[in-house]
Amino acid sequence: MSGKNILNVDHLTMRFGGVVAVNNLSFEAERRKITALIGPNGAGKTTVFNCITGFYKPTTGAMRLTHDDGRTIQLERLNDFRISKQAKVARTFQNIRLFPGMTALENLMVAQHNALMLASGLTFLGLIGAPSWRAAEKHAIEQATRWLERIGLLARADDAAGNLPYGDQRRLEIARAMCTEPALLCLDEPAAGLNARESAALSELLLSIRAGQGTSILLIEHDMSVVMEISDHVVVMDYGVKIAEGAPKDIRDDPKVIAAYLGADEEEAIAVMESGT
Amino acid sequence: MHVTAPAPELAQASRLPGIAFIFKKALISALVALVLFSLMIGIRTEAGPTGQLIYWARFGDLAAIVATVFGGSIVVELLRQWWGPVGTVRIIPPNVQSALAVARRAIAPLLLIFTLLVPVIFYDQRYILDLGILVLTYVMLGWGLNVVVGLAGLLDLGYVAFYAVGAYSYALLSTNFGLSFWVCLPLAGILAAFWGVLLGFPVLRLRGDYLAIVTLAFGEIIRLVIINWQSLTGGPNGVSGIPRPSFFGIPLTPGDDGLAAKLGIEFSPTHRIVFLFYLILALALLTNWVTIRLRRLPIGRAWEALREDEVACRALGINTTTTKLTAFATGAMFGGFAGAFFATRQGFISPESFTFQESALVLAIVVLGGMGSQLGVALAALTLIGGFELFRGFDQYRMLVFGMAMVLLMIWRPRGLIGHRAPTVFLRHSQAISSELAKEGRG
Repeated sequence: MSGKNILNVDHLTMRFGGVVAVNNLSFEAERRKITALIGPNGAGKTTVFNCITGFYKPTTGAMRLTHDDGRTIQLERLNDFRISKQAKVARTFQNIRLFPGMTALENLMVAQHNALMLASGLTFLGLIGAPSWRAAEKHAIEQATRWLERIGLLARADDAAGNLPYGDQRRLEIARAMCTEPALLCLDEPAAGLNARESAALSELLLSIRAGQGTSILLIEHDMSVVMEISDHVVVMDYGVKIAEGAPKDIRDDPKVIAAYLGADEEEAIAVMESGT
Repeated sequence: MHVTAPAPELAQASRLPGIAFIFKKALISALVALVLFSLMIGIRTEAGPTGQLIYWARFGDLAAIVATVFGGSIVVELLRQWWGPVGTVRIIPPNVQSALAVARRAIAPLLLIFTLLVPVIFYDQRYILDLGILVLTYVMLGWGLNVVVGLAGLLDLGYVAFYAVGAYSYALLSTNFGLSFWVCLPLAGILAAFWGVLLGFPVLRLRGDYLAIVTLAFGEIIRLVIINWQSLTGGPNGVSGIPRPSFFGIPLTPGDDGLAAKLGIEFSPTHRIVFLFYLILALALLTNWVTIRLRRLPIGRAWEALREDEVACRALGINTTTTKLTAFATGAMFGGFAGAFFATRQGFISPESFTFQESALVLAIVVLGGMGSQLGVALAALTLIGGFELFRGFDQYRMLVFGMAMVLLMIWRPRGLIGHRAPTVFLRHSQAISSELAKEGRG
């Protein structure tokens, strides 16, 4: 057994000059569970994400990732692309970052870069068209096809990603992150800009990823219906500190959470309360 | 988008009020021309015999210019109306469309067959053969730079540096150590690639304009080092007496051991030109083949992904450092090959041949061709180098005519001659992606 938690964040602090974006934050994300990170705008959620995924180096604090085989990795010691390559943490972005001029299929192929790079013998085997490379490429295309089928984009596999509707782009970005075969999937507001039907489809997709691939999911979300429906554990942040955590139903009734949302933005507080009834 | 074509009488009606509009527009243009040229052309100043300023008016010339602008404005406006509004979908009959598609697909093979036959058709015309070699050299340079600029989206203004490294590598290795062309060719490529990596390191964090400036400086540094390191490179005097290429060891000379004597045919200096032509053609095709292969490999896809979005690349675990460096190295290697060829063709090289103008020309070929398009680059090299020769008849107006042709071409095709990219992999059918969607790597 390799422990219950896939991610342990301990006393994470991130300062930008005099601004403390994240202050002494500690939380855990359970293996094969969906953990949601919520809070009003400017609470520091995306900063936490950027620390976990290596885009920022935290001022202080530790982030420990424990793989299924018991291997642990201190994320604050890795940087840049190594977070995804070695620690197997994949992420999506608040404002979608697909490769717009490449097709949906190509986007998913790029995501399998590291595996394919090895298979192509660092390009040299691929250049001479070695059979082992051809097999690996075929396998990669099959994997990409499976994901396209799952997100319902098989018919648009050969269309430019930039030409896809917004909701499809969101799903494609999640599929692209999943093609790196991550242990932990970090989603930054995956439901932003989606309509109710698309949100429901997204919830279904995330639940099926958790059930099928066994990938643990960490998610930032403002859409409370999605958070309440799919998350197993909710962490609430405000002004860079954790103000509450627990099961979704407990969070919904927590006076501190309601106060935070009320103080920040009335509409969001109403949204929290309405989704609870 | 408007697809419905207006009925003829409607179109006529909408054109009628245009006459007043056209005259108004032409009048404004003429007025602007009058203001602009009244001093520039209307008045001519000169220093008199005793140093005083004398001037006289040239109303005739001024009137001619203004009248030309007025007339030209009317013609342009009429042409525009005849062509119809911009941005609408023109209805092209399906059979014409399919014919166009066939023609488009046939361009590349036809061009290749024609190129292969050039030495046969124009055997007696040395000028055409020399021009062909020149065009092919630039095609190869364009294809090499296309890896860096077109695929990886790294704006490189110092590409001529690698061309120079390749040329000097061959020149110095062959004159000092007597190494043959076929040994030096890979060495020149490796050395150029090495310098490509060396340039790559300091500019890893730079993008777009900043990258362009640093690469521009790198090109100048290489040139200045070549000029000033007299003991090695001969400085401004260059390197002369560079061995001419041999046919895989058999020299192309009139002597008894020459190729002509061995084959039992009469010697002709054209043999060497033809050999050089096929040599650069082979090198260019090698560049093309490798680039096409690389595009379909993970490294090539990573280059294009890097051009599209570097942050997303990092989030997917792609090592952007090595990806950029391999792009620089690959592009530089082909530049080095081309440089070695240049040295053996000329027999003499000097820093004069490796000025910024060369970098700009090669970059213009890539941009004009359509970033990332192999066929586009070949067509652009043919247009730029060949077209420049075509305009030789215009004498002093050559640059003017050439510049105007460039401007018109970029208005007509803002994304280059080939304005779309072909996907590297597809499930059902490969459909071209408009370059409008693809990024240029300036992010």
